[in-house]
Amino acid sequence: MSDVEASGPVETDYQRVERSAEFQSLRKAFRNFVFPMTALFLVWYLLYALLSVYAHEFMSTRVAGTVTVGLVFGLLQFVSTFVITTLYARWANNKFDARAQALREEIEGGQL
Amino acid sequence: MAAAATNVGNTWINIGIFGAFVAVTLVVVFRVSRQNKSAADFYAGGRTFTGTQNGTAIAGDYLSAASFLGIAGAIAVNGYDGFLYSIGFLVAWLVALLLVAELLRNTGKFTMADVLSFRLRQRPIRMAAALSTLAVVFFYLLAQMAGAGGLVALLLGITDQAGQGVVIAVVGALMILYVLVGGMKGTTWVQIIKATLLILGAGAMTIWVLALHGFNLSAVMQEAVNMSGDRGEAILEPGLQYGASALSQLDFLSLALALVLGTAGLPHVLMRFYTVPSAKEARKSVVVAIWLIGIFYLFTLVLGYGAGALVGPDAILAAPGGQNSAAPLLAFELGGEILLGIIAAVAFATILAVVAGLTITAAASFSHDIYASIIKKGQVSADGEVRVARWTVVVIGIIAILGGIFANGQNIAFLVALAFCVAASANLPTIIYSLFWKRFNTSGALWSIYGGLISTIVLIIFSPVVSGKPADPATGLSKSMISDPSIDFHFFPLDNPGIVTIPLAFVLGIVGTYLSKERSHPEKYAEMEVRSLTGAGAEKAVEH
Repeated sequence: MSDVEASGPVETDYQRVERSAEFQSLRKAFRNFVFPMTALFLVWYLLYALLSVYAHEFMSTRVAGTVTVGLVFGLLQFVSTFVITTLYARWANNKFDARAQALREEIEGGQL
Repeated sequence: MAAAATNVGNTWINIGIFGAFVAVTLVVVFRVSRQNKSAADFYAGGRTFTGTQNGTAIAGDYLSAASFLGIAGAIAVNGYDGFLYSIGFLVAWLVALLLVAELLRNTGKFTMADVLSFRLRQRPIRMAAALSTLAVVFFYLLAQMAGAGGLVALLLGITDQAGQGVVIAVVGALMILYVLVGGMKGTTWVQIIKATLLILGAGAMTIWVLALHGFNLSAVMQEAVNMSGDRGEAILEPGLQYGASALSQLDFLSLALALVLGTAGLPHVLMRFYTVPSAKEARKSVVVAIWLIGIFYLFTLVLGYGAGALVGPDAILAAPGGQNSAAPLLAFELGGEILLGIIAAVAFATILAVVAGLTITAAASFSHDIYASIIKKGQVSADGEVRVARWTVVVIGIIAILGGIFANGQNIAFLVALAFCVAASANLPTIIYSLFWKRFNTSGALWSIYGGLISTIVLIIFSPVVSGKPADPATGLSKSMISDPSIDFHFFPLDNPGIVTIPLAFVLGIVGTYLSKERSHPEKYAEMEVRSLTGAGAEKAVEH
């Protein structure tokens, strides 16, 4: 699985890459995007689930005709999922891939 | 309308359209199978699928009979509470998109265990991961096969147990053939064809329902209210299914948690990320899958209320197959025998395709993780490994057939919830920790996997789904799996244990990690982290 040659105190190539400023900033960029986004959609989803269960009156309020607040919030869960998906894909394609690819080429070319 | 509902459709049209699906997919499977040589071909389709193809196949894998027939039926009968399922099933994909898909693609080869054993001790981790994979697949498989019996009753008019058993055996045998001949490549094409048919069929019915009501969803729902008898406007509001007591409310929250965290731990979903050439394509797969699955669930919202409006919940519940018959009955109401035949064939194809995807996952897990890595300690040729995988397919196929015949007619809805709960408790915490937590070690993984797996199964056994639900006054039978109301050994009050087992498994991962004196491997974590983010050294597509 892994082809790490030494596991003692000798630093491996991958550890050197991991310590490099380039990788650290790539990792930071990734985590700064992904972790808050995950927290956001999980909180929004749990809020929706809690409201559906415990705020019965509020979620049953009619907005128009037979459309309730609960239905609108449910449809907004679809909207937020589509929006986060699009935002992430756009961020990853435009901001992340090129940097990851450059680093990968340096590693596979043995330059790091 | 009720008379039409008890005896719908033309059996020969249903069989004919399904036969056409089988014929077309078999031709495709035989055509693509010519290149099945290596292990990467058999398990991962040579890693040559595009993101769009794989995304469609993921939708095919995910939109099982439970989500097509089950959710439409739940909305038709329980209204808003049925809609809640589809939201959990969809939002869950963001976990896979943001945290799992690409990192997994970059660090693994064929199975979930590949990623977990990257920096942990191989043999115990592979054993644990393979066992929880097999558990999830087994529960999911049984649910699909048992559901086939009810579908047969509804669509082919076969009501005796023996006849249904024969049909289940035929479905199982076809599935074995697909997987043996086509491997992952053939299975993926079956999923793609099925997903396309399913989404087009549901889309056409959705437009039809809306057209009948002036393209006004509110009017569809108003009509559903008018047809819903004493349920009335309650079908527009939360609480019809889960609002009865504080316990059932807690049960719903538990289910909501298992749904949203389970998807990214489902082994047959994880395995699909290995069928594409790169992490970028894995990302695109999930993006495509999210759009397809999301749009499909929006269709089911209209179909569910549409079935409530045009067929009525009482007629649906009276039909053979009960709640699950909402979508087929709506198809009959709209387009008569032909449309029913198409939808029936698609529903069958759905079971066939999902079962095929599950089987190849279980075969890969057994052959790659248990046989090659543990029994043979890695000293086995790729050919030998694939040969074992093929035999495993046959064995699992036979188990699925027997399980399906045995579980036919049983109350099996909890099996899917159980599969999601095991995936969320036993698999997801370990995946997240091993990708993101440097200190994590083998002991933590074993505590988390076994703790999550065992606590889920034990709590389910001692929950009301197995025994002790109150007896139905009309029949005198309990709604639990053990329907004799005098047998009651339940002590856990919830149907779904996720709210206990998921946090427990996360905590056990931390406790197990700190209790062990195992030396951490910073060099392996460094390799994993660098590879997972940059894609350096990732498995490449097979050249033919």
